[in-house]
Amino acid sequence: MVNIEIDGIPLKVDSSRMIIQAADEAGIDIPRFCYHKKLSIAANCRMCLVEVDKSRKALPACATPVTEGMKVFTHSKVAIQAQRGVMEFLLINHPLDCPICDQGGECELQDLSLGYGKGISRFSEGKRVVKDKNIGPLIQTEMTRCIHCTRCVRFGTEIAGIKELGATGRGEHMEIGTYVEHSLASELSGNIIDLCPVGALTSKPFRYKARAWEMQAHPSIAPHDAVGSSIELHVRGNEVMRVVPRDNESVNETWISDRDRFSYLGLKHTDRADKPMIKQDGVWQETDWQTALEHTVNGLKTVQAKNGQDQLLGLMSPTATLEEGYLFQKWLRGLGTQHIDHRLRLQSVDDAGEAYWQNALTMADIEDCDSVLLIGSNIRSEAPMVGHRIRQAALNGALINEINFLKRDLLMPVQRQWSVNSDTLLQMLKGIAVALMKLEPAANGEWQHYLSDIRPGSSEQNIAMQLANATAPILVVGALANQHPQAATIRALANLICTMSQGELLVLPEANSRALHLANVLPAKPNSESATGYWQQKKRALVLFDVEPEFDSADPATASAAMQQAGFVVAINRFWSDSIRDHADVILPLAAFAETSGTFIGLDGQWQSFTGAVAPRGDSRPGWKILRVLGNLSNVPDFDYVASTDIRDEIADSLTADKQTQNAHFIPVEPDTFAEKSADHLELISDVAMYRTDSLLRRSEALQLTPENQQALIARMHPDTAEKMDLADAERLQISQGECVLEVALLLDKDIAQGCLYLPGATQNSRELGAAFGLVTVSPVEALADA
Amino acid sequence: MQQLNQVCFRTLHFDQPWTLENYRKVGGYKVLEQILGDKTRQEDIIEQIKNSALRGRGGAGFPTGLKWSFMPRKMPGAKYIVCNSDEGEPGTCKDRDIMRYNPHQLIEGMIIAGYTIGAEAGYNYIRGEFYEPIERFEQALVEAREAGYLGKNILGSGFNFELHTHPGAGAYICGEETALLESLEGKKGQPRYKPPFPAGYGLYGRPTTINNTETLASVPVILQHGADWFHELGTPNNGGQKIFCMTGHVNKPGNYEVPLGMPFAELLELAGGVREGHQLKAVIPGGSSTPVVPADVMMQTEMSYDGIGKAGSMLGAGSVIVMDDSTCMVKALERIAYFYYEESCGQCTPCREGTGWLYRVINRIENGQGQQEDLDRLIDVAENINGNTICALGDAAAAPVISFIKHFREEFQYHIDHGCCMVEQDEPQGLRQYG
Repeated sequence: MVNIEIDGIPLKVDSSRMIIQAADEAGIDIPRFCYHKKLSIAANCRMCLVEVDKSRKALPACATPVTEGMKVFTHSKVAIQAQRGVMEFLLINHPLDCPICDQGGECELQDLSLGYGKGISRFSEGKRVVKDKNIGPLIQTEMTRCIHCTRCVRFGTEIAGIKELGATGRGEHMEIGTYVEHSLASELSGNIIDLCPVGALTSKPFRYKARAWEMQAHPSIAPHDAVGSSIELHVRGNEVMRVVPRDNESVNETWISDRDRFSYLGLKHTDRADKPMIKQDGVWQETDWQTALEHTVNGLKTVQAKNGQDQLLGLMSPTATLEEGYLFQKWLRGLGTQHIDHRLRLQSVDDAGEAYWQNALTMADIEDCDSVLLIGSNIRSEAPMVGHRIRQAALNGALINEINFLKRDLLMPVQRQWSVNSDTLLQMLKGIAVALMKLEPAANGEWQHYLSDIRPGSSEQNIAMQLANATAPILVVGALANQHPQAATIRALANLICTMSQGELLVLPEANSRALHLANVLPAKPNSESATGYWQQKKRALVLFDVEPEFDSADPATASAAMQQAGFVVAINRFWSDSIRDHADVILPLAAFAETSGTFIGLDGQWQSFTGAVAPRGDSRPGWKILRVLGNLSNVPDFDYVASTDIRDEIADSLTADKQTQNAHFIPVEPDTFAEKSADHLELISDVAMYRTDSLLRRSEALQLTPENQQALIARMHPDTAEKMDLADAERLQISQGECVLEVALLLDKDIAQGCLYLPGATQNSRELGAAFGLVTVSPVEALADA
Repeated sequence: MQQLNQVCFRTLHFDQPWTLENYRKVGGYKVLEQILGDKTRQEDIIEQIKNSALRGRGGAGFPTGLKWSFMPRKMPGAKYIVCNSDEGEPGTCKDRDIMRYNPHQLIEGMIIAGYTIGAEAGYNYIRGEFYEPIERFEQALVEAREAGYLGKNILGSGFNFELHTHPGAGAYICGEETALLESLEGKKGQPRYKPPFPAGYGLYGRPTTINNTETLASVPVILQHGADWFHELGTPNNGGQKIFCMTGHVNKPGNYEVPLGMPFAELLELAGGVREGHQLKAVIPGGSSTPVVPADVMMQTEMSYDGIGKAGSMLGAGSVIVMDDSTCMVKALERIAYFYYEESCGQCTPCREGTGWLYRVINRIENGQGQQEDLDRLIDVAENINGNTICALGDAAAAPVISFIKHFREEFQYHIDHGCCMVEQDEPQGLRQYG
């Protein structure tokens, strides 16, 4: 700690601080543009020049460390002269087009020019003009406005880990841009919109839509991944105009992913269901809520009466709120069925009772770890903020290893990445476990049988050593692993490795699935039954809660077939989709994120409640209200909730009343059985494309236009595999899986495991196929003869 | 008069002064051999350099011995010695000739510097346009390596040192030491904010000493003949001889290695005096970034760091630009302002925006479009740049503007009032636009 004085105010500050940090902490205002608390110090804008005792020139407050006895003057003649001088320089080449600039009203340059600028410019020469760049569907550029603070450049290098933007040219000719024009590929790119202090980088979808002062900010929680980032919804009238991050050091710091930022665009998509409708004689009819709800209850009861109570199946999207989940299962259980699930994409649930499903890890835990093993996880797309924290850990020296079915650039220093097929992945995990057992022979006798024949190779021993030597290792089991048919084994092995290396296991939850677990949106026997199994059983009556079966299931072909054969389908959905239009009998329009209140539980286990920011669109209603009335109409007892908070309180009470942790213990016994592979079969590996994970994202037009999303339509294969299958020259491919056939473009990619075919899920293409990790055959599609 | 060419140009009298053979004739590499043989203590070398009053020859004139003493010599891990041969200052051409005519002395200086500061690798960052000097230096490296002065375990001493040439790509700013480091690392040449200083966080984040070519080439001579000998070549606190690059309106432009402290009048005479029929008007004594000095003051000035300082300017890199009475000071300033406008790196605001503004206003005045308020505005803009930038380029751009207007305001005023020049010139004036 050192003693300094700023503007005569004595302060005791940490000696690692710069003047500007000390001033910020003390609430003393120093103007700045390039300084940002989360980025490295550039000291290039010179706006924060202050007078420092004993220095003959003004010094930048952002880059001058405090020293004992230092006296700083932020408003002295010297300081003001320097600040005004800089402001004049910044404005001479700035277009001053505030009336047509989206940043107007929330522009740092505009704000500070009020205090430090002159009314009339002394600059009578020509102003600089800079050609705009097209950097993709999310960010609008107006580079003439740029003041070259390089926050966006530093963000790319330091936070996103991808040097997409840089400065070219010297002096006045310096320009910020992508060196070769292309769309930004970072999943965090939208943050440069917030970072840009002027209107050079603004939101493309939000362009010309609203002024800052016309909107009201509503705090909320982003629902698209298990991070639950703190966001702010900016609302004008009854419309969400844009989404920006809300500072929350313990979750998302000051960033959000592009997915959280631009999903709101889906809210007013033309697919949006805004009226209750029922299908009569094959024709959709508008109706009122009362009729629709009665029709729903009667329809379900009729099918149940005819085909048995257990013919009723309820499936829920993992993005639903805790309250919706609780009422959903309470209502369906009241109707006499236990066939309820939200784990729509899981194919293997044998370990459902294991405690690790509820492991709570804070973001700080992740950032502070010193070794990470990523298993079957495309972390940057599954949970971008977790990826960011792991990257920070890696930059601080954590050792990162990844075992996956494909290699994606993690944009961080990585020890090694393996892209392997399912067999090898399991073998490697077993090898690591055995290597650790050798270090710790007494441990885990119960696993001896299963692991008896395993001889760890050098790679496995290396990973084991790294994990054993780490003080805080973390294993992350991601979506690719969790959606695998052997997922329970993978998770159990990961848990074993974790126990032996005294680390933390993070089974990456999908969106709000932590909450839905708590709310018991699960079958009575969660470790033997699951959504995937129910689809195969072709239940007669279905209740879907924001579920689009062709996209939201592990096996789209089976789900679609089951939809066709169902006798009565109720869709409590936000959007119309093909399968709902064709096969549902009732649609109860559901209020979307931003339109409803509820609670989100992320991977840190914290309950985050939020309220609705806008009224539900059209005649749609919040899920908890729809479910409450359905409960009432079905005569299910104890369904008298007045507000969503009543439901939350009831859940909280029930949790404290009986801590019913159904601690099962899963150890694979039999050797793993894989379907017999012949030489002409490939393993179909699939995760969910980043911008296709839920119904709202799939309707966000800007996100759908991103290169990332376009690439999800292409199948990828290792060149050697292609060579073996005589596909080296093929540009298109026919994929056959059972009776399913799909034609797609093919890209050879040496980052895909050999013997595998990678095609991301939840797309227009993948919906034509069966289960992920199934076996497929492929054949080249002859190019069409040129006309 | 004292003997010239005693330090960096001491091989100049040979037919092929750049060869190893000729360098050995003046005692080359003897000092290195002795240091490595005796395992001379690093502190002793630094002490000698301090006593010699050798000051940085690149422009700032910082005492070299002091700079070397800042290096954390005992710190484990890589440390670097970097030679700044970027020589971009308009008017300067001395480092070029050192590398052309006496490259071995620079190599020896760098090896000794490396030994002294605990570096095992050195880089010579050479201005990209210097084709011949780069070739000469490379050739000398080959000779030195063959002779066993570079590489592992030099002369059996256990000391390893390797030296690399790195050609720049033509940016003036890369002569600024931290921009040079950035460029050397393969990045865009932009100065770093200091602190941290290169002695703590330099090339690749490691402790680094950066010296000018002439500085490093002076080291072997100092250690060969002793600190006192060197010091006495010059004046107190301004040790040694210094190369002055005489350019402009002199009869014999060129590099002159003369004792520091020599009166300007004498130096001018060495360079053959100003052209026949003309009077000396002004001198820029240290390269285009130093303030201009009017003739009468200059003729009374001693050519040393302190002497030129007293005259209100700086010795800089020793690039003396001589202007006679045919010079239009507006046009001269316009050319200088254009240079800084073009060479500003663009990183920080005052320099990026201000240099262009200065140039455009001066260009308007030169072309008869001046406004009455322009001169005060120029001073004001220059003062807003001065001292407010990351590196010294901003100050370098501001200093000429302030000094030219200070000393020759009436010429500028005449341009504004009459739309033309008050100086009768040799060549016809046309409307000329740079860039």
